[in-house]
Amino acid sequence: MSAGVELDRVTVRFGEFTAVDNATLDIKGGEFFSFLGPSGCGKTTILRTVSGFLEPTHGHVRIGGQDMSGIGPNKRPTALIFQNLALFPLMSVAENITYGLRVRGVDKASRRKKADELLDLIALPGQGDKLVSELSGGQKQRVAIARALAVQPKVLLLDEPLSALDLKLRQHMRSELRSIQQKVGITFIYITHDQGEALTMSDRIAVMSDGVIQQIGDGKAVYDAPTTAFVASFVGENNPFPGIVAQADDNYATVDTAFGRLRGRNPRGAKAGDKAILFVRPESARLGQGETDTTFASTVKNVAFEGNMTHVYLEGIGKKDVTVSVGRRSSMTIPAPHEATPICYDAELGIVLPEGMLARE
Amino acid sequence: MTSKMIMRGMIGFYILLFFGYLFGPLAVMGITAFNTPNYPQAYPFEAFTLDWFVKLWNHRSMMDGLKNSIIIGIGVVAISVPVGLAASIIMSQIYHRARGLYYLVTISPLLTPGVIIGISTVIFWKDVMSVTDLTKGLFYKGIILTILGQASFVSAYCLLIFMARLTRFDRAQEEAALDLGASYPQVFWHILLPYLKPAVVSAVVIGFLSSFENYNTTTFAILADKTLVTVLAGEVRQGTTPALSALAVIIIGISLLGAIGYEIAKRREQTRADRAYRQAQIAERDEVEAIA
Amino acid sequence: MSSRAFVFIIPVIVIAIFWVMAVREAKRRPDPTRKGFFERNGVVLGSVFIALVAFWTLFLVALPYLYMVVESFHPALPPMKRGGPDDVVTIAQYSSFVVNPTIGAVNWLHMSALLFSIIASIAVTALNFAICYPLAYYMAQAGTPQKIRLLMLGLIVPYWVNEILRAFSLRLLLASRGLINQALMGLDITDAPIDFLGNNTGLYVGLSYAYLLVMMFPLYNAIESLDKNQIEAARDLGAPWWRIHRDVVIPYAKPGIASGCTMVFMLSVGSLAAPQFLGGPRTLWFTAVIYDFFFQSFNWPRGAAYAFIMLIVCIALVMAMLRLFKVSLGEAIK
Repeated sequence: MSAGVELDRVTVRFGEFTAVDNATLDIKGGEFFSFLGPSGCGKTTILRTVSGFLEPTHGHVRIGGQDMSGIGPNKRPTALIFQNLALFPLMSVAENITYGLRVRGVDKASRRKKADELLDLIALPGQGDKLVSELSGGQKQRVAIARALAVQPKVLLLDEPLSALDLKLRQHMRSELRSIQQKVGITFIYITHDQGEALTMSDRIAVMSDGVIQQIGDGKAVYDAPTTAFVASFVGENNPFPGIVAQADDNYATVDTAFGRLRGRNPRGAKAGDKAILFVRPESARLGQGETDTTFASTVKNVAFEGNMTHVYLEGIGKKDVTVSVGRRSSMTIPAPHEATPICYDAELGIVLPEGMLARE
Repeated sequence: MTSKMIMRGMIGFYILLFFGYLFGPLAVMGITAFNTPNYPQAYPFEAFTLDWFVKLWNHRSMMDGLKNSIIIGIGVVAISVPVGLAASIIMSQIYHRARGLYYLVTISPLLTPGVIIGISTVIFWKDVMSVTDLTKGLFYKGIILTILGQASFVSAYCLLIFMARLTRFDRAQEEAALDLGASYPQVFWHILLPYLKPAVVSAVVIGFLSSFENYNTTTFAILADKTLVTVLAGEVRQGTTPALSALAVIIIGISLLGAIGYEIAKRREQTRADRAYRQAQIAERDEVEAIA
Repeated sequence: MSSRAFVFIIPVIVIAIFWVMAVREAKRRPDPTRKGFFERNGVVLGSVFIALVAFWTLFLVALPYLYMVVESFHPALPPMKRGGPDDVVTIAQYSSFVVNPTIGAVNWLHMSALLFSIIASIAVTALNFAICYPLAYYMAQAGTPQKIRLLMLGLIVPYWVNEILRAFSLRLLLASRGLINQALMGLDITDAPIDFLGNNTGLYVGLSYAYLLVMMFPLYNAIESLDKNQIEAARDLGAPWWRIHRDVVIPYAKPGIASGCTMVFMLSVGSLAAPQFLGGPRTLWFTAVIYDFFFQSFNWPRGAAYAFIMLIVCIALVMAMLRLFKVSLGEAIK
């Protein structure tokens, strides 16, 4: 059983501060949906609004088509996995898992049965009598998930639950989360500042910044076809070239940048004279000569070998930094530091977007 | 090296002096409890006796006082622990501008001399009870007034104990329970109260002890009744008898037992926590191996 | 009763003012996280909480204090005359502190009693600070966990014996037939017993002994949170030990020191047992004066007035000290 979640022009204000500004979106039932953004972008506020800890200042939250206004967190068909998991330290694992059933008045024997069932699902069979403090990080994670699933929510909300784990385990838990979601088939709403997590697990992603939803789309769309400067700079690495649009048609635009006149796709329909930023990803750029309007001069500053990739940091005109990433299999020869080299890219891999705020590093 | 050794020697000597100061008088008093002379004397030790303990047992007013002290202690705990708990919860939720005043009012009994608490309690309740015509009844009694007077500052102790633990409470626990469908009262009974249980135990123990030992407030509020401490004060004022030393020996004995019991409980708890920690470590290692 | 009845109105007014302020502010700047008190605790539990705290703060704290102050502005009257035409508002009880009404002369006796209580308490506070600081520092900075636990236990256990018995034990030591005089005479240091109780040595020792712990714990807590590296750094820079304490430890622990000193001072001025049992026959502690108004002359209003004078003088002194050492009241009563 799953339900869609609908945000209808939701605005949340804390005093003078607007945490979420007029957010509208429609999450389908059974979808794995992520909110991605830097800390303070309003993603946690959205989660807390959906779970009912916050009431929106304006707008409505609907779950399964039903308006949630005035319905407290304990009455909503949602379950939340907290960033620090918030397991109850004074209860055993089984008591934790079945706490939601206990407050619903389910009798002890059925609770025990349900606990065993869920312990099997999270691969901790027979460990119900353990204390929470006896579990490893990953086990705690799974118990938190089981506890949330025990109340059979229609929507599961996850607030950066993997952030406390170390890298290896985090990557492992990603696939585990995804497979649990497919098994139970309910809607997952996932909050993260880690684009790797968002891209690998989600059906769709909403990228947020400063309380505003910047773009909604699947991982590929967000990565390959960003619609705002923020998304282009936040998701993956990108080289920005700000300037003024020189010429534009429906498909392509050229921008007068500090590096010269450069060309790229024009998805947002920029017009001549507009302020715009051309983005070229490091892996889309090559060292070498190409067409005049997709090539510019630079000098190598230093080279960083990173296993699967080699990052070349260059300095263009006016001391602007540019990064080019070279794949392992590439036959490109990498020049030594202080050598001059042209950089080029394919025009369809450059993208011209209206000027806007960039993600802070 | 030598200067360090001199330093250590001095620290050791100082600690010895400090605890000599703390325990010396009590030790001397302890000896007098077992010595035969009528005047409590430690030296010369004439002969060993347990007579003073028997005398103490037969001391009527002291035993009455002890009974009252226990009743008052229970009464004070019964009021102060719930009040302190409620006050700490309100403290964490109160309208922020009123917090300063609220803190000042609730903590003021700790800074007010006990004498003043006793006096104000008597003056106030005497009038309140005479207006409500309770003066002749059950309520205008030393025991009741003492409970009220002591509860005013013992509640403040309890408030501090609960506040100290509440500030370390993870609010996400509360939210997690709510999110799983618990009502607000259920959160209180299932999550908050179990979390505060150690603080409840401390509050009960400290509340009872400070009620039991109190003199300044009690001496005013007790009116014609008596507690162990006021009887003791009367005895000490009149003169000195080794029976008082015997009482001190009993109290010290009980407190030592209590301290040892507390230490054992602490150790047990520590062992349990250590075992859990080791298990978690093993689970952590297994997990990493399973992924690799 | 009318002049006394208005006491009941004051807290109601204060609560009402804050209520109105809260409601107005909630309207002006809505906060989406804000939940009503009853919404957060449930109606039953919320009502119980409020009832308990209201009972405490109003009937056990605020009203009795206010009532005592009001009482001190009334004449001492036999019960039947209370509320009658003689029951007027007067400052006679306060002026009697300055001018003795029965003999019409300046009331040196009571004023000097207050002064003596305060000066002696300041001395005791200083003494306790000096005694406790080294141990607090040692426990907080140098001790191993087990050693600290043991020391803590050693500190607490003697305090389970009540004040009166502790005073009694000191009396056994310090009396003319006590162990110390026995020892002094046995060693031929003196041939007549020294009157430790008469010369107030007993009083100072008793007060210091009674409130040692009250100084110890705030000091320990304050020093304990000081980063050990700071002291190491100061030592590395070649600071002598006394400068480390003067420049690093004491400034850091100032709130704890203020808190310990405030508590010891207030408790000491207000103490009843130590002066009663260990003070010399000519020593008059101010609480003893108050005690006598209650139990010897049955003049409650005057006792209340004196108690209020003591409270005001002490608070004023503490505030002045805190200001002098630049500690806020909030830090000191944490």
